[in-house]
This record gives sequence, C-alpha cells and structure tokens, in this order.
Amino acid sequence: MTADTSAASPFEASGLTVAWGGRPVLWNVDLRLPARGLAAVVGPNGAGKSTLFKAALGLAPVLTGQVRLLGEPVARVRRRIAYMPQRNSVDWDFPVSARDVTAMGLYGRVGWFRRLRRRDLEAADAALDRVGLGNYRHRQIGQLSGGQQQRVFLARALAQQAELLLLDEPFSGIDTASEAAILDVLGELEGEGRHIVCIHHDLRTVAAYFDHATVLNAVVMASGPPAEALAEDTLRRAYDASGLKPRALAAE
Amino acid sequence: MTGAEVGPVEVLTFRAGYNTGVVMAGAAALGAAAGGVGTFLLLRARAMAADAVGHATLPGIVLAFVAAGLLGADGRSLPVLLAGAAATGMLGMAAAEALTRSTRLAPDAAIAIALSVSYAIGIVLLSWVQTLPQGSQGGLESFILGQAAALSASEAVGLGVAALVALAVLLALFRPFGLLCFDEDHARARGWPVARLDAALLALGVLVTVLGLQTVGLVLVVALLILPAVAARFWSERLKGIFWLSIAFGAGGAFLGAAASAVWPRAPTGASIVLALGAVFAASLLAAPRRGIFAEAFRRGTAGWRLRAARALQAGRGYPGAALVGWRRGGRPTARGAAAVARLELWDRCLAESPDALPAGLAWGIDPLPPEALAQLGRRNR
Repeated sequence: MTADTSAASPFEASGLTVAWGGRPVLWNVDLRLPARGLAAVVGPNGAGKSTLFKAALGLAPVLTGQVRLLGEPVARVRRRIAYMPQRNSVDWDFPVSARDVTAMGLYGRVGWFRRLRRRDLEAADAALDRVGLGNYRHRQIGQLSGGQQQRVFLARALAQQAELLLLDEPFSGIDTASEAAILDVLGELEGEGRHIVCIHHDLRTVAAYFDHATVLNAVVMASGPPAEALAEDTLRRAYDASGLKPRALAAE
Repeated sequence: MTGAEVGPVEVLTFRAGYNTGVVMAGAAALGAAAGGVGTFLLLRARAMAADAVGHATLPGIVLAFVAAGLLGADGRSLPVLLAGAAATGMLGMAAAEALTRSTRLAPDAAIAIALSVSYAIGIVLLSWVQTLPQGSQGGLESFILGQAAALSASEAVGLGVAALVALAVLLALFRPFGLLCFDEDHARARGWPVARLDAALLALGVLVTVLGLQTVGLVLVVALLILPAVAARFWSERLKGIFWLSIAFGAGGAFLGAAASAVWPRAPTGASIVLALGAVFAASLLAAPRRGIFAEAFRRGTAGWRLRAARALQAGRGYPGAALVGWRRGGRPTARGAAAVARLELWDRCLAESPDALPAGLAWGIDPLPPEALAQLGRRNR
C-alpha cells in the first residue's frame, strides 16, 4: 500500500477564508484530504462545514485562499464531482419522483435539449436499484422517509458517475436500514477508486464508519485518522467554543 | 367587429365571423403560452416579478406611441407599442432586482415599489398624452384592462404565432428549467449557467406578458400567468402533468374569456378571462381529490375522531360514533374495529422502534403503514 501523501489529494484547501455577508465563517483553512478511504468532516453546528463544501464548489464567496478538487480548480472538474446538500435545503413538495431526481444526475451527459431516452431512464433506475429504492422510482420525493430521500440523492450522485462525492450529513436523521444501505454503497464506491468526503453529525460513529476525520470549527483543529483527530482536548476546544458538549464527552 | 350583439353559441362554434374566431384562437394560444411559462415562474417563486413587469409596461406603451408619432410612424402599430412595453417592463423588473441586491429590502417590498412607481409614471404620461390631439384616439387605455375587440385579425395571428414560439422554446428548455427550479445549488455545482437560465425564464415571462397586454391588460396579465399553474398544481404531482394541465387551463380560460368579450363587446376582456380562470381555480381548490380543501378538511376532521375511537376500542371501551361506522357492535369491536386497533398498535411499535423509517404526510395511527416501515419492524424482532 503506498502512503497517502504520495497520491494526489482529491480535496485540498489552502488559506481558505470565507465570509457570509461580512461575517467570517471559515478562517485560514488548510486541508489536504487523503486519496484513499472515507473522509469525514465534523464539528459543532455553525462551524462552517457546509460552507467548506460550498466554497469548494464555488457556491460561497471566498475572501482569500483557494480550493483544488481532484488536483484542479473546480471549474475544470465540475462534471466529475457530485454534491449532496443537506436535507433541509430541498423543497420536498416539488413535483418530481425519485426517478426524476436521479435522472438529473445524467443531465450533464444528456445535454440541454435531447429528450431522455429509455437508456437514460434505465441508468437512473439502475442507480436507484443500487441504493435499494428500485420499487420507489415513481414516488414523489415528499412521500419517502428521510432515509429514502437521502438515498435518492445518493442515487443521483451515482448516476453522475462522479470521481469525487461531497456529501453533507448523509446519515443525519435517518433509519438504520437506510444508514446501512448508504454505508454499503459508499464502501463500494471507495473500492472503485472514487473519493468520498462526508460532513458527519455523529461523533460516536466517526471511527467506525470513516478512515479519516477532520475537526472543523471555523479553523481546522485536527485532521487525521479518527483515533488521533478526535482526541479529547481537540474536541473540547472545538465544541466548547460553541457551548455545545458532544455526546462523546457527556459521560464524563 | 360589428356593433350587433352575437349569440354565445355562434361565438363558441366559430360562426361569429372570421375576426372573432381568429382573436379567440390567438387568445387561446396566448393562454397556453402563459400557462406553460407560468408553471415555471410559479415553481421559481417569481410570480410577483411578473406583476411588476406588467405594471411597468405602461410608461413604455405611452412613450412608444409618442416616439412613433414624432418620427412620423404609426403610433398605434402594435409591434411598436409592445416593443416599448417590453423595454420599460424589463427596466421595472431590473429596478426591483437592483433594489433587492443593493439594499436590505426584501424582494416583495422592492417589487411593490417598482410596480407602483412605474405604473404611476405610466398613468401620468397617459393623461398627458390624452391632452395631445392624436393622443385621445390612441386607444392606449385599452392596454390597462384589455380589449380583445380592438385586435385586428392579423394582429391576433401575430400574437398567436409569437405565443406558440415561446411555448416551443419553453419545451426545448424544459429539463434545464426544471432543474433550475428544483435544485439551484446542484445546477450551479454542476456548472449549469444558472444566471442565464433565470434570465431566459424571465425573458419568456416578459414576452408572454407583453403579448397579453392587448388581450388581458397589464393589470391582470399576471393572473393569466399564475392562475392556470396554481389550478393545475391541485391535480398533479408530476412536473409534466402540471405543465400540460396548466397549458390546457390557460388556453381554455383565455378562449372562454375572449368568447365572452365577443358576445358582450363592452365587457373588459381581461376581467372575463381572469374570471374564467378564477372559476377553474376555485373548482380545483374545492374538488381536487388529494389537495383540495374538501378532501383535506375531511381527512383532518376525521383523523382526530378515528384516533380517539381506536384508542378507546383498544382499551376495551366504547366511543361515540363507533357503532355508527361499524367498528363496534353489541359492546365489542367488530372485525373492522379490530383492524383499526391493530393498525394503531403497529404504529405504536413503529414509532417506538424506528420513527425515522416513516415518510412525511401520513396520519399517525390511522393510515396504513408503508411496507418499508413494516419490514423494519420485522427485522428488529429477529
């Protein structure tokens, strides 16, 4: 096994500072995620985790610094990146089915004007099958459970056949079956050589699910294998600043 | 159009003369285009922007009339007036956007300002123009509430064709617009030109607005854009379904309204069309099986009773009305009553074990559990 540092990093931030309307959210972030393994980004609410992804994709205003995805500026590699936003940013009443949303992952390849052909719909259905939602392809997305909704967005990312997947809290508020299904698929994708970075909400499962963890609260507090990164004093520094006590420390 | 009144039957069966028939067909094409564009404006939450455009067209109409007259052209030429309308319509919307972006003003306040100020400017210009010798014959005030009777056959054909072209463009851009309305962040992340797509959608909105000025009038043209789409939303859960239904409603409502205007030439066309569409909306609101208010009220009204009755039956007690619906007979639950209790108990278990496996929108304790939630229950027991 070659060391991680010799392979190109799929997610590299240097000196990244981002502010929303004048209020800094990310400060001088330097980050270099490994090429192999599932990577997690953790931190208290409002720590800037979602903003990190948005800045990487050009969806947030960057004051200084830069981010390179797959070794390039994002504008050149957009087609190779899949982004799954947080669940609460979606209009669940929108009149689309699970298959419609999954097929959106194919739009980049299908182009603007061509109608979706049977081949495209079959590709979308195959992605839905892979996340275990084959029987729900015609359901309007608001009629799915939270975990199923997350799986639909994962199916969309699968349909894109992206090399880098940025997932914002994919395991938050979902049932155990969905959690297991998503974890399985992510493992498969990583085995295929794709890069996965997840914002994760639950400190208790980071070590079990992920190979690499980054603790973020406006600045990077630690980044490495979970056992090292989630050291007690690091977590205390990260979470005390926001006044929240993570469950991992609550027992003391 | 002759001064004699024509009967409604003749009008609706296209026997009231070539002019009338063509105007009605043109109005239908316009209604179809408005329904189509309106679906996306609604889903993109830009309905008020369409209203701002409509009201901001008035100064442009008057100025185009005056400018044409000064240059020796025919000030009443429809394309000239509509070009002026489009110009100031877009300016009005741009002003609203600029206000939102450069101040802390909320979008609806900015639109209200742009809308009312530009309309006021238009009214002042209009009353000034009518003091001019050629101004009082301009018939410009017919643009405010619409007067399909003022349309010539060739003008109606022109409007109809333009409307169908707008519809064709919309169909070509159906998927990008759908993506834009549903998930702007994803579209941006994938590299879609979100700003340009938004501009294209609004341009189509301006086009349909301007085309509708003579028929529906600038005050009500926003209703032509929004009512068909809102009515269609009650009946379908799929974007394509809402889209085509909205087109059908828009075409039908505009057709009926223009027909009414032919039967009663002094009735303002815009109001007739909007009333027709309003009736369609009201019918949809009331009668739609899943989203209509009757259906909703029935579901909500009975939900509380059914939950309490099932709980009572579960505890071995009676409940007022339980016998009436066949849940209890002779002091004991019937098969149906027992089934209701069984459903309730499944809900108890499901909520205790895996509440996250439940989709939204179900009536807890009452609706049958979806198979995936039941499967999770079984799994836990192993």
